[in-house]
Amino acid sequence: MTSLAEMDAIAGPGEIMEVSMGPHHPSTHGVFRMDVRLEGERVVRLKPVFGYLHRNHEKIAEKGAYLAAIPYTDRLDYICSMTNNWAYCSAVEKLAGLAVPERAEYIRVIVSELTRLQNHASLIGFLLQDMGASGTPLMYAFREREKVLDLFESLTGSRMMCNYMRFGGLRVDASKAWLDEARQLVGRFPQFIDEFENLLRANEILMARTQGVGVLSPELAVSAGITGPMLRASGVNYDIRKVDGYGVYNRIEFRVPLGDHGDVYDRYMMRLLEMRETVKILEQALRDIPEGPIIDPRVRLRGLRPKVGEAYGRIESPKGELGFFLISDGTTNPYRYRVRPPTLINLTVLEDMCLGHNVADVVIILGSVDIVLGEIDR
Amino acid sequence: MMALLPAEDVKGKIEAGVPGASVTVIQNGSPSGQHSLLLHAEHGRAVAEFLRNDPELKMDFCSNVTGVDWLDTDASEKIKVKKMVAGPDGTQTEQEVDEVRKTRTPGYLEAVYHLFSIEKKHGPVILRMRTGNRTDQTHLPSLTPVWRSAEFQEREVFDLYGIVFDEHPDLRRILMWDGFKDYPMRKDYVPPADEVETAEVNP
Repeated sequence: MTSLAEMDAIAGPGEIMEVSMGPHHPSTHGVFRMDVRLEGERVVRLKPVFGYLHRNHEKIAEKGAYLAAIPYTDRLDYICSMTNNWAYCSAVEKLAGLAVPERAEYIRVIVSELTRLQNHASLIGFLLQDMGASGTPLMYAFREREKVLDLFESLTGSRMMCNYMRFGGLRVDASKAWLDEARQLVGRFPQFIDEFENLLRANEILMARTQGVGVLSPELAVSAGITGPMLRASGVNYDIRKVDGYGVYNRIEFRVPLGDHGDVYDRYMMRLLEMRETVKILEQALRDIPEGPIIDPRVRLRGLRPKVGEAYGRIESPKGELGFFLISDGTTNPYRYRVRPPTLINLTVLEDMCLGHNVADVVIILGSVDIVLGEIDR
Repeated sequence: MMALLPAEDVKGKIEAGVPGASVTVIQNGSPSGQHSLLLHAEHGRAVAEFLRNDPELKMDFCSNVTGVDWLDTDASEKIKVKKMVAGPDGTQTEQEVDEVRKTRTPGYLEAVYHLFSIEKKHGPVILRMRTGNRTDQTHLPSLTPVWRSAEFQEREVFDLYGIVFDEHPDLRRILMWDGFKDYPMRKDYVPPADEVETAEVNP
């Protein structure tokens, strides 16, 4: 790490300015800080500083039973509690060898894709807010997110902390009326995407601010373990829903949109395109969902004691690859409980993307990564 | 669907491709069937480079890096020992006596890497490296020069477990603050009492 004095020696005294962006800054999306060194307006170094929200989630989960960690996973990426539940349950199901009934698999796909819709809608709203489009786009996005949260509330009793999935299935079944409501929402959702695209896709300021900014090369993206829409915006075709075909994704037809340039504009468009594919997935899942049980009654949720061993389970969460690594020592508590947080790892390349850009671009480059500090700091 | 790579095949390829490397397959008893490969620390970097560059394996994506703490284990077993025992009449006779033998296996810290291939769409290959003990031999080679994705994750393992990754470009604490002394994810970590902390902040 180059010190300020060493940098002065390179650039001449007084020409490098050190700015601490955050932790209390609206564009950092939480308590997150960046140590930025500037030469005029140009970024010459940037080091992210983490840990303001650290509560040692992993240790707490290791001290409780397997079941006790499910509500706690809601608080990782608090925008997407459904996918967090799913990733954890899939790791436990691999560890203990549990099967999930078909109806539960379909409902898991439905709630997870609804989560993806509201995550991407909020992200593009936040991103445009960061860019200075004050208010309107964010309110449009939150109007849609609210509808999804209403659905979650009527299904699970909670809008954000859903605590919905269980090992081998789900906590409660979705009623016919709920599924009809979901169908209505999905039927109307493309209108919102059209509206949002027409509003800003070809906006001159948006293009000037985002095109060619924060470019991430596919080679660096793969090496740095970038996953999710950010990886695909750089043109790398890797979607765990396709690659692993977990749940019932292998029966559902959808495309994986890819970007060409890997800049902020591509990452913005990637969210819009993914929402369109998500609508297709939801239409198929809501059409094909079978009747049946939602959980295997033989699964002992409370006293679950998997055999000695380990398992790594992962899913494509809206932000990237969310993985859980569990080691069982044969007792009721996991010996090791590890969360692979997609957004922490996606921030590995933040400095590479920001170098040489103006300080105002740092805000939108960070915004296009899509971070949630509950998951980064754990 | 993701193609699985049998651990035995990967072991064979590594031992053929990296001179001197010896790999042990660690069997996994859970239904997940994800067996892992235990490497010696001195070959860790070479094996990682081989796995990334080998045209058949192409493990270009290091997804997950984490630590595990294994404490010292005490085992006691009853064994029969032959001993000279004095009989009631004072003569020494050889008899079999039960004795408890205690053995202590030293604990270690373990770094676990989950590798996948984006190009070949297969995985996972799970690598493990172990430190000599939990106190003074806690160095392992860093794999950040091979996969950038290990950068923050190895920092986290250093921060929470105390494994020192040699040749890491920027090994600092990441989640805990710089002046923090202990390693909170270790199994024998005792958190400080709240009263002590408040006393220090508000004397």
